[in-house]
Amino acid sequence: MEIQNIFSIILIVSGIFFMLVGSIGVIRLPDFYSRTHAVSKSDTLGITLVILGLIIYEGLTMNSVKLTFIVLFIALSNPIGTHALARAAYKRQLKPNLKDDNQQTESDQ
Amino acid sequence: MTEFFLYSTVILAIIIAVPLVRVVQGPTVYDRLMGTNAIAAKTIVLICLIGYIFDRIDMFIDITLAYAILGFIGIMAIAKFVSSKRIDDQ
Repeated sequence: MEIQNIFSIILIVSGIFFMLVGSIGVIRLPDFYSRTHAVSKSDTLGITLVILGLIIYEGLTMNSVKLTFIVLFIALSNPIGTHALARAAYKRQLKPNLKDDNQQTESDQ
Repeated sequence: MTEFFLYSTVILAIIIAVPLVRVVQGPTVYDRLMGTNAIAAKTIVLICLIGYIFDRIDMFIDITLAYAILGFIGIMAIAKFVSSKRIDDQ
């Protein structure tokens, strides 16, 4: 196996790991404003790593230039879309969940 | 290498199905929209990997670029619509 394929396999596997972390964060985090972290940051990193692995597998062709454009566009558009949703929720007065875990257990007792 | 792309596509399809839970049972409309945004962002990578499996990446990459632009415009339009105050008046 060439060394090019090994690097692309490492990048794709780590990118899929970060996307898995982002998906688990979307369903496990307690609040809307904390779920935006899982969507914007770890998903963007995972998508960037997977497409960088595809660029290394492809080599220097026209397709890898297009893949570079896709990486740049996603690195701009995914945080902008999530920020627009968070701004819409803030303008409509959605309350963040400010309870601490310790305070919650004390109030339960 | 094609087998590796096939396995990673299957794992990625399972990962994409996870935020559907948030889309179905989200408490507010913003949670549902954010789950849709997460699914749309990951589908871009899925289409690229499918293009490498079928060995037609020159065709699939244009579909990917168009899908990314359409998803971004849709999310921005829906966010603007949801944040406008005229919805309550009706």
